[in-house]
Amino acid sequence: MPEMFAVGFDGSEAAKRALDFAVAGAKAQGGSVLIAHVLEWSPYTFLTPTELEERHKRRQEELERAETALMKPVVEQLAKEGVTVKTVIQYGHIAEKLCEIAADNGASQIVIGRNGHSGLGSRLFGSVAGSLVQTAPVPCTIVP
Amino acid sequence: MFNVSRAALAATALGMASSPAAAQSIDEKVNQVFADSTGWFVSFIFSPFPGTSFPWIVGWLVVAATIFTLYFGFVQFRAFGHAISLVKGDYADPNDAGEVSHFQALATALSGTVGLGNIAGVAVAVGIGGPGATFWMILAGLMGMASKFTECTLGVKYRNEYPDGTVSGGPMYYLTKGFSERGLPGGKFLAILFAIFCILGALGGGNMFQANQAHAQISNVVGDYPGWITGVVFALIVFLVIVGGLKSIARVTEKVVPFMGVMYVIAAAIILAMNADKIGWAFGQIFDGAFTGLGVAGGMVGALIQGFKRAAFSNEAGVGSAAIAHSAVRTKEPITEGFVSLLEPFIDTVVICTMTALVIIITGQLVTDPNTGMYLLDEGASTIQTVDGNKGVALTSAAFSSAFGWFQYVLALAVILFAFSTMISWSYYGLKAWTFLFGEGRTTELVFKVIFCIFVVIGAAASLGPVIDFSDAAIFAMAVVNIIGLYFLMPIVRRELNGYRSRLKSGEIRKFAKSEA
Repeated sequence: MPEMFAVGFDGSEAAKRALDFAVAGAKAQGGSVLIAHVLEWSPYTFLTPTELEERHKRRQEELERAETALMKPVVEQLAKEGVTVKTVIQYGHIAEKLCEIAADNGASQIVIGRNGHSGLGSRLFGSVAGSLVQTAPVPCTIVP
Repeated sequence: MFNVSRAALAATALGMASSPAAAQSIDEKVNQVFADSTGWFVSFIFSPFPGTSFPWIVGWLVVAATIFTLYFGFVQFRAFGHAISLVKGDYADPNDAGEVSHFQALATALSGTVGLGNIAGVAVAVGIGGPGATFWMILAGLMGMASKFTECTLGVKYRNEYPDGTVSGGPMYYLTKGFSERGLPGGKFLAILFAIFCILGALGGGNMFQANQAHAQISNVVGDYPGWITGVVFALIVFLVIVGGLKSIARVTEKVVPFMGVMYVIAAAIILAMNADKIGWAFGQIFDGAFTGLGVAGGMVGALIQGFKRAAFSNEAGVGSAAIAHSAVRTKEPITEGFVSLLEPFIDTVVICTMTALVIIITGQLVTDPNTGMYLLDEGASTIQTVDGNKGVALTSAAFSSAFGWFQYVLALAVILFAFSTMISWSYYGLKAWTFLFGEGRTTELVFKVIFCIFVVIGAAASLGPVIDFSDAAIFAMAVVNIIGLYFLMPIVRRELNGYRSRLKSGEIRKFAKSEA
């Protein structure tokens, strides 16, 4: 069965490196690439009444922007290279969602980039890479 | 949350004495003209039943709450667990992530109602009605849950959804659409009346009164200074948020307000734990007081009036304001928003208000006769004697400070933040009523927002007693119109409730399993 590489992609330099890594792997093994974009979202945050009212509209806009500005150029590029690509855009906790997406689509590994922060921030709040490694259902590759 | 501590208002009035005499006389003139032209309305709304001191509007709210409670078969108790699971997100479709959650709608609506009433208003109630007032307050709070349930379900069911994805909802919309759906006349008339009262209430109780009290609190802590300074600063911040779309300030407030609320409850709980041996006694006082009055003015009836009044004023159940906030949630089932909203009076009145009352009782702020155990009254024989003669917010402050000396500063900060978040919420309620009357559109909306900001300054600068009386009256007038509508529309809610229940039973509606990951 051809391997599927799930890539956490947010358009950053680190994410592009991860994508390149996954694409190289997919090409070598004749596998495919699943590009996943997770919009950070918690149902337990606080919003003003106006934000409540506009939430649906904003969500549509955010999804559209992710689709056209983020995914489309990459997908077109990879299609030219002859790589099989699938995309997923979802809301939620980034690490949790990546695990879910990988499991739901039967990906054989997860690839993400890391931004290389090792400071106090990630110590306090944890990093995506850190929690992903702890909870991933499939092998994980962190591309530096 | 309105109609609180007149003492604080009086304090502001004294502050005004230092401003120029000319300004003073203009204020007086404005007050006079305003009082003369609106006094009849205020005294009508707050007039007591003949031969009693029981305001009919309080009776109106409590009777409605009782009717809804019976009509929906004690929905507030039967659906309480389900409401909590909805808020936790057990029934949320993961594919809808990114939309407004039930939790967010509840938190936003709560930050509009939790405020001064929970802190100062309760002290006024207990100070007059004694510990027994707490019993009646809790009872009215529990009943009010059914009113909230009814109005919020209708709010979601009959909201307007626009092509760009935004929504507008609230009593204006369910009165119009619900009445025409049932073939009843007068829906449009009630809707317009409601919208007018809602605008007046938003500018008054939801704005001027809040600005006024925030200024009173600030000058309590830092010393006296002219109110217009507070007004301009507040107005500027409100302007940036509602006109400039500066989300960051609002977001900070929306985060800090719940935090303050939780902290307030925790502080109260610690004080109660420190006096754990007296909790049994305090509840004894509450029950005895509820049925005998324990010597308070008016006896049992006096305690009952104070308790009912406080609950009704604090949680806004039946007023219709929460229906506006809740209608923004995108749910396939309007009734789920009703379930969630019934938690509001519970948190506001049954939890937070009761905490305040318990702390005041348990820290021994109220003076009793050591021989008879009866509460001693002040010279005027209307209020109970307190240890240091404190009333209103000062009484709450003294009760908390008896355990933590620094608490008065936290309380002052809490009052200011609560006032600000209440203003933001009411600016939205007022705006929705405004656009209902004058149509949606950038310019019409801007006109209202600018008017709203101007009223912030007026509210903080002047001691407009009659204006505040009037705006309190306007908020309760909203309840008159809204509840008439609810009586006609409650069969629709019952149909929704029955339909939902049977689908819940059959398993058609079920929890979404958490993913394995």
